[in-house]
Amino acid sequence: MKKLMIGNAAIARGAYEAGATMATAYPGTPSTEIVSNFAKYDGVYAEWSPNEKVAMEVGAGASIGGARTLVAMKHVGVNVAADPLYTFAYTGVTGGLVIVSGDDPGMHSSQNEQDNRGYGRFAKLPVLEPSDSQEALDFTRLAFDLSEEYDTPVMLRVTTRLAHSQTLVEEGERVEQPLKDYKKNAAKYVMLPGHARLRHVEVEKRMEKLQVYGETSSLNRIEWGTKELGIITSGVAYQYVKEALPGVSVLKLGITNPLSQNLIRSFAEQVDRLVIVEELEPVIEEQVKAWGIKAEGKEIFTLLGEYSPEMIEDKLAQIAPAPGFGLDKEIPGRPPLMCPGCPHRGVFHTLRKMKLVVMGDIGCYTLGALSPLEGMDACICMGASIGSAMGMEKARGEEFASKTVAVIGDSTFVHSGITALIDVVYNQGTSTVLILDNDTTAMTGHQEHPATGVNIRSQVTNKLDIEGMVRAIGVKNVRVVDPLKLDQLEAALKEELNRREPSVIITKRPCILLKNRTPDAGRYYVDADLCTGCKLCLRVGCAGIYFIEEDKKAVMHSSCAACGLCPQICKFDAIKKVEG
Amino acid sequence: MQSQTTNILIVGVGGQGTLLTSRIIAQVAVQMGYDVKVSEVHGMAQRGGSVVTQVRYGEKIYSPIIKRGDADVILAFEKIEAARWLDYLKPDGLVIINNERVNPLPVMSGKAKYPDNIHEKVAALVKKTIVVDATDIAVKCGNIKAANVVLVGMLSQVLGLPDAEVEKAIRAIVPAKALDVNLAAFQYGARHLTD
Repeated sequence: MKKLMIGNAAIARGAYEAGATMATAYPGTPSTEIVSNFAKYDGVYAEWSPNEKVAMEVGAGASIGGARTLVAMKHVGVNVAADPLYTFAYTGVTGGLVIVSGDDPGMHSSQNEQDNRGYGRFAKLPVLEPSDSQEALDFTRLAFDLSEEYDTPVMLRVTTRLAHSQTLVEEGERVEQPLKDYKKNAAKYVMLPGHARLRHVEVEKRMEKLQVYGETSSLNRIEWGTKELGIITSGVAYQYVKEALPGVSVLKLGITNPLSQNLIRSFAEQVDRLVIVEELEPVIEEQVKAWGIKAEGKEIFTLLGEYSPEMIEDKLAQIAPAPGFGLDKEIPGRPPLMCPGCPHRGVFHTLRKMKLVVMGDIGCYTLGALSPLEGMDACICMGASIGSAMGMEKARGEEFASKTVAVIGDSTFVHSGITALIDVVYNQGTSTVLILDNDTTAMTGHQEHPATGVNIRSQVTNKLDIEGMVRAIGVKNVRVVDPLKLDQLEAALKEELNRREPSVIITKRPCILLKNRTPDAGRYYVDADLCTGCKLCLRVGCAGIYFIEEDKKAVMHSSCAACGLCPQICKFDAIKKVEG
Repeated sequence: MQSQTTNILIVGVGGQGTLLTSRIIAQVAVQMGYDVKVSEVHGMAQRGGSVVTQVRYGEKIYSPIIKRGDADVILAFEKIEAARWLDYLKPDGLVIINNERVNPLPVMSGKAKYPDNIHEKVAALVKKTIVVDATDIAVKCGNIKAANVVLVGMLSQVLGLPDAEVEKAIRAIVPAKALDVNLAAFQYGARHLTD
């Protein structure tokens, strides 16, 4: 029987069926479940790498060593992996290598919405775009064959809507792939200029051959309907087109780099009006127009966010979206927020209270930027906090630095914070860096990382000692505090900010959602006689405590995790622990 | 309902268990031989944000997401979330609202007010509105966390899904140790609307 699978699980299945024996990744929405699913299969190796660059390099080595290898990351992760990826595109492969880019149109869980099909053009890689889970499986399988046949890494580009939609999948059998022979081949794999010049010739030849392959490949197909309107589309946008415009002719491109000119030209010639429907960048459109083919695209459709069937109906079928009831306008927004009991809350409460400039980073703690905590000044990308705090200091001076901190999570620090901390020590910064160690990669769903001492298969492994490493880098002032002990945290911050030397404060407390954490004892209640209705406790932005306007009193909610933070903030000792 | 597509929007607050509800309903549709698509939410929005899961089944399904004005049923785990997503409902669609209030961040921090009697406002606009106390029913079944399966029961009645198929799907999806509570929760939910 067919099974429902999210796109990511189908990609893992496709790699398994293709005989892949290795997979590497750093977690990142919407790509996380690819390698976590692959790791469930027997007889394969999978790892959480410290970051995407390492994942790509381990993948490249595995491929050179003859294994079929899957490498997965979110779109911005490809930026981190870009250096090895661009040159691995020159060397080509021994065992097939497929790199999955999980793009996030609409930024469900990302800091930008870059369109990674651009990498295909820049790095000269074939790019495949599935439009449902069955295609995710089939395309992944085929991508390994193409990788070996054309001697190139292949990019499978998916979007959040595909990665996290369940659709029906027919599983196939795994075809074992014996490890390919390893033979030293320096001209292919040592990218000295003399070698690379020759490889570049091969790269251009291969892209030409792939264009020819695409002309007749089953990955690209025409579904004829009325010839009055022809649509060129790819990925999940294909599904929206089929939903909104059932009668039109569609050229569905499964290969969006390189584009097959003859196929597109022939389709264009047979329809009266040609429209290109692609989310985000006009990757197909610009090339088609450059060939002198008359087409419409971004004149009609936006560069921003996700598309939808009703958007296509509205623009191409003149069917206006349903008017609706308008009740949503009365409703307050519901942004994501830290969980009750989250250890990050104590940190951001303190940072705001001390009126510090906070250079932030990527993780659950980025939510500390939102009201009411509002404890963050900047957040750019993974690992940027420490370097940007250093830059602020060098631009504005040490006095400014004594009011500035960098805030970075444990997984993010290991990912790409370490080298910036080396810069602080080397170039004599005085930054105070807070490493928020909650013992997991929380935001993406609690993946292990080197400093948890557990691997992707939940096996105990060597544990990175963050404190020891920070000392080894040359930071002399290192201390560990509990982020929910506000007095200790504030005292530590004051002391370290005043030092004209680099300091690291590790705030250590496991994520409240971790199953193996030690539960906090007890429950709390608000003593109504003592509560003055001052609402100070609400400033921590916790769902565990709320305010009843009629009574002018705060009340504990059943979701309170008994972390003991708000009792430390209440000036009237109204929040008490239930005795016994 | 057999020959055409059924569109169900399941809305709530990250952490309320909307995903499990959608997976059970989708599994039932698979067992009954339909084409099925489910659009889920992972990542940042799950941290207490507004979440929407979409289930579509029928003979042939293309889009994994439902058009505005095209949902047959909206199942809201939280009161104001029903109002937030109401524009996705068909003119003659049905709304099931769990009578549960979860304050969003702007309300917690005093920057906005939680709207009064929002379920009554929905009911004034939508003829087929059902308000239920799934959380209370779940407590009766022995586990407050089974509210999402109580709502599966109600939804399955509304959609005309056979009990046996739903129970089979629950057995396939829910971990063994939580099975009895969840099967009971399903029965409570299914009977709640007919009693």
